[in-house]
Amino acid sequence: MNLTLKIWRQHDAAKSGQMVTYHVEEVSPDMSFLEMLDVLNERLILDGDDPVAFDHDCREGICGMCGLVINGVAHGESRATTTCQLHMRQFSDGDVITVEPWRAAPFPVIKDLVVDRSAFDRIIQAGGFISVPAGSAPDAHAVPVKKEDADAAFDAATCIGCGACVAACPNGSASLFTAAKITHLGLLPQGQPERAVRAKAMVEQMDLEGFGGCTNTGECTAVCPKGIPLDTIARMNADFLGRRG
Amino acid sequence: MTSIIERGAATRPIVPPPARKPGFFGSSTGQKAVMAVTGAVLVLFLAGHMAGNLKTFAGATAFNEYAAWLREVGYPALPKRAVLTLVEVVLVAAVGLHLWSAVALARRAARARPVRYARRRRSQAGGYVVHIMRWGGLTIALFVIYHLLDLTFGVANPAGPAATPYARVVAGFQHWYVTLVYTLAVVMVGLHLRHGLWSAFQTLGLGRHRKALQAGAVLVSAGLVAGFLSVPYAVLIGVVR
Amino acid sequence: MTDRMSFQVGEDIRDTKAPDGPIEERWERRKFQARLVNPANKRKLHVIVVGTGLAGGSAAATLGELGYQVTSFCYQDSPRRAHSIAAQGGINAAKNYRGDGDSIHRLFYDTVKGGDFRSRESNVYRLAQVSVNIIDQAVAQGVPFAREYGGLLDTRSFGGAQVSRTFYARGQTGQQLLLGAYQALERQIAAGTVTMNARHEMLELIISDGRARGVVVRDLVTGEIESHLADAVVLATGGYGNVFFLSTNAKGCNTTAIWRAHRKGAMFANPCFTQIHPTCIPVSGDHQSKLTLMSESLRNDGRVWVPVQAGDTRAPGDIPEAERDYYLERIYPAFGNLVPRDIASRAAKNVCDEGRGVGPGGLGVYLDFADAIARLGRPAIEAKYGNLFDMYAQITGEDPYRRPMRIYPAVHYTMGGLWVDYDLQSTIPGLFVIGEANFSDHGANRLGASALMQGLADGYFVLPTTIGDYLADARDFGPVDDVAVAEAEIAVRDRIARLLAVDGTRTADSYHRELGKLMWDYCGMERTEESLRKALERIPELRAEFWRNVKVSGTAEELNQALERAGRVADFFDLAELMCLDALNRTESCGGHFRAESQDADGEAVRDDEKFAYVAAWEHTPDGPVLHREHLEYAYVTMTQRSYK
Ligand SMILES: Cc1cc2nc3c(=O)[nH]c(=O)nc-3n(C[C@H](O)[C@H](O)[C@H](O)COP(=O)(O)OP(=O)(O)OC[C@H]3O[C@@H](n4cnc5c(N)ncnc54)[C@H](O)[C@@H]3O)c2cc1C
Ligand code: HEM
Ligand code: FES
Repeated sequence: MNLTLKIWRQHDAAKSGQMVTYHVEEVSPDMSFLEMLDVLNERLILDGDDPVAFDHDCREGICGMCGLVINGVAHGESRATTTCQLHMRQFSDGDVITVEPWRAAPFPVIKDLVVDRSAFDRIIQAGGFISVPAGSAPDAHAVPVKKEDADAAFDAATCIGCGACVAACPNGSASLFTAAKITHLGLLPQGQPERAVRAKAMVEQMDLEGFGGCTNTGECTAVCPKGIPLDTIARMNADFLGRRG
Repeated sequence: MTSIIERGAATRPIVPPPARKPGFFGSSTGQKAVMAVTGAVLVLFLAGHMAGNLKTFAGATAFNEYAAWLREVGYPALPKRAVLTLVEVVLVAAVGLHLWSAVALARRAARARPVRYARRRRSQAGGYVVHIMRWGGLTIALFVIYHLLDLTFGVANPAGPAATPYARVVAGFQHWYVTLVYTLAVVMVGLHLRHGLWSAFQTLGLGRHRKALQAGAVLVSAGLVAGFLSVPYAVLIGVVR
Repeated sequence: MTDRMSFQVGEDIRDTKAPDGPIEERWERRKFQARLVNPANKRKLHVIVVGTGLAGGSAAATLGELGYQVTSFCYQDSPRRAHSIAAQGGINAAKNYRGDGDSIHRLFYDTVKGGDFRSRESNVYRLAQVSVNIIDQAVAQGVPFAREYGGLLDTRSFGGAQVSRTFYARGQTGQQLLLGAYQALERQIAAGTVTMNARHEMLELIISDGRARGVVVRDLVTGEIESHLADAVVLATGGYGNVFFLSTNAKGCNTTAIWRAHRKGAMFANPCFTQIHPTCIPVSGDHQSKLTLMSESLRNDGRVWVPVQAGDTRAPGDIPEAERDYYLERIYPAFGNLVPRDIASRAAKNVCDEGRGVGPGGLGVYLDFADAIARLGRPAIEAKYGNLFDMYAQITGEDPYRRPMRIYPAVHYTMGGLWVDYDLQSTIPGLFVIGEANFSDHGANRLGASALMQGLADGYFVLPTTIGDYLADARDFGPVDDVAVAEAEIAVRDRIARLLAVDGTRTADSYHRELGKLMWDYCGMERTEESLRKALERIPELRAEFWRNVKVSGTAEELNQALERAGRVADFFDLAELMCLDALNRTESCGGHFRAESQDADGEAVRDDEKFAYVAAWEHTPDGPVLHREHLEYAYVTMTQRSYK
């Protein structure tokens, strides 16, 4: 199939950018979206043009490195999918596809479709951990954990930190990301001692980074490749307000 | 093959985050909590207000007595209008704080997304309601002003400020356009609450049973809408006269 | 014999760091002998850790906790994205929580045997010992391993092990373990002990006075070339499976860091030992950029088959039972569909070579769940494999509940890597190598769920102890030689300038693809003297063409992904050559290395312990590679031939 792509091009953080139109031909439906961009880039390189920069690594939906807003939707319209897992059979011949980077002030564009997500790392630094130096741990069976708690903690812990939640949120809020970690650690007995300080510190950092506030629109969960539930945000709020539950 | 067709906005330069910690009321979660608590106060008021409105069906005397009673609850232990004034103060404060946090959050959101998407897409979460909270809120605010001028002060009422409360109600809602305005506004309140009620629970960290709460929010808001609208429509079709 | 295929043989090497005495006590003794650095001095000692996967992430965090000053690098935008994140199946540990007869000794035994007797007994024993601490550490960090209703940890048996010792977190064990290490790392970053440099690629090692003292990196955002100096350097840069272009590795996985170190004097051990995983989603066309692994657990319920007739193009449903060949069940009646990875992979290749492969290009075999669905019901299959089936459907557009899956082997793991001693130190003093980047523990074949174990053992427990012994002398190291730094930087700049200057007509990716195909065809699942010689002729030609005709657009002073790739491909060429040479030299078949000349009448691999019970450690010299042998001795396990019939 033949497609028209409108892609955000921006040389670096300091310069302004624009949407640029490209045509790609003979796209196979078996290609992934990124493979389609690879084909475009191969051609751009041979033409001596700058290839479109985009982040990616594992290409199997787990590292969280990829992330494009495709036709206005973070990671494209397939549910529970990362951009790298999106396949071209979702599109039809003649489609016009807009491709934009994550848009949020705390995620400044580095180049084209590549943004700086280090704000997420700093939110984790603020308290997204359990303080346990290597070598000091008790036997793994010393503290049993209810299966339901372990499973729910796992569900929250599957967050890949891609940032789609921020990209999709009309408020540019990082609540789902932050709440996922607070929920993961807060559900486990190991995470209890630091639970209250963790929530406070992480929320504070989230605000300091310049993310918006949550108004529970649910747009984040809808695009989340791992389907992190909104309930995690309730849990974050409870921990932040110092309530136990 | 490669052509530049449209120019977009530049990305804002990176702003370093402020060094000072924001404190509870400066934090997004704190501001949201204020919104939820004040919203809850307003909802409780609405519920009482609606229950009072239903007195209309008991007839003119009962309704007028109820309206008078509102002004002298607690009398003579308390001065006349004491309770009502207290309620009014709480309401004004609630509306004020609610508005403040709405504005604070809206500004925060605008700062967080300085560059908009070129291609905008309808909601992925399937909810249009949540996206009209701010405009809906504004509509409600405007309506409340009109509503006060109409039925509280009577200046905007066909029967005028001198008429009894009951007479004002009947005089107003006989006109289809008055009823229409009230309908639009009340439906807006219902939509606001459909999301707002559940959202308040979530904000206060009580949102563990999301599906049930959301269903509950729909029921309660539908109930409020029905209750509020029953009076104007009863007047319009002549059941109450 | 052309020049390319010859090499010199140097002195044998011996790992002098492993204490002798009973194997159970060696690690204890080494720990006790290792000198300690006093806490006040640790603060003044600087360690560079390149890589933030399970190995590098855990090492940097632990060194930070111990009080060293650590500088850490990764090429991704966050340390959390290292390729360890993609590991699915689980992590082994000799906890014996099931009481099913597991023990440290049994894990040790299984690992040595699984490695086809090409790994060191002392190292493997230590790995098995430390494995139990890893689980404790991970649980304390909040890694949400699967649990049973009683609240205790669940385990499963994996990769043909007879005991249930694999701990797992659904199909995302690597992710959960890595996030544990990442969080520990972020905690140290916040504490100021670790400085993290994401989006930085190491391009050269700095050696001063014979010791590894720093690295030259490129800031991938600005293109700036920076030198970082330290008292010791740790490489934890993962495997080099991407030399095959198509592999289950992440796109950015590379050999550059270890290859540069190799060029500077670190010996490269057993480069030809690569592991091919039998259950991956087959290639769908020329655009293919990577291969996706489907968990091995699928073979528990799926049946592998191909049509009896070559060139049978009917839809799978139209092929009657009698015309299907369930070849694994036929050839290996005892193990059937559960034979080890290398055997299953080779069998698939054989049937495809006979023209009986299915799907595009005939490179695929069916993995059929029809029987399992009939027997257990669809809901049971959904519960067990739902996410894998979804992933398959997403990638292929086919519904595996109705139509058998198509699978094909793909490169998955590299057992080879930089040679290290018992202390995980390479042949360059002060250069430590951990995780998949070293060669240490898996011999010629890695058991499922053992890579995560090794990476974390190295990073949390082994390296932090052994590096202290080295750093105890740091006061005598002296300042780093400015000339050495300048030379390393100039070398990096020159290479970049050369790549940009070629301005040819083919992209780096297209060369990489060609190199990968060549390696897959000639140095892949089955190697012959002829194929390897062909590869050794072709690779230098292709490399020469690359340097004459590659096209890299853009400049060096910006984010330039084309340039990044070209640099990696250039190093893959050199590595590929050494891999083929190593494979040519090793005329036996063992583990993941199958030489067609060395098989029995039934087509099973035949080892040659007389000649090849050694680690092949290659030294880089201006006159070409020099082979050093480290002979392997087995005092606790008797060498046997594997049999799965
Ligand atoms: C799909 C898949 C599934 C797997 N499943 C399992 C399993 O179930 N069980 C199991 O035990 N093992 C499994 N493995 C193997 C295991 O995941 C890896 O061997 C292991 O995670 C490697 O860890 P590492 O820390 O050595 O390297 P990696 O995790 O690969 O980390 C490498 C690090 O080095 C950095 N780096 C690399 N090159 C440079 C450079 N030049 N400059 C700067 N930084 C650099 C990277 O940024 C990264 O941070 C699997 C592997 C794959 C591919
Ligand atoms: C003055 C006019 C009003 C404005 C501008 C306004 C605006 C808003 C906004 C922007 C929100 C947040 C949206 C969100 O969370 O998604 C909100 C929430 C809410 N509003 Fe209003 N509103 C107004 C009037 C009211 C009234 C009259 C009521 C009560 C009857 C009310 C009840 C609520 C409740 C319960 C919430 C939920 C709080 C939460 O999300 O935590 N609001 N309002
Ligand atoms: S590239 Fe790793 S999640 Fe898409």
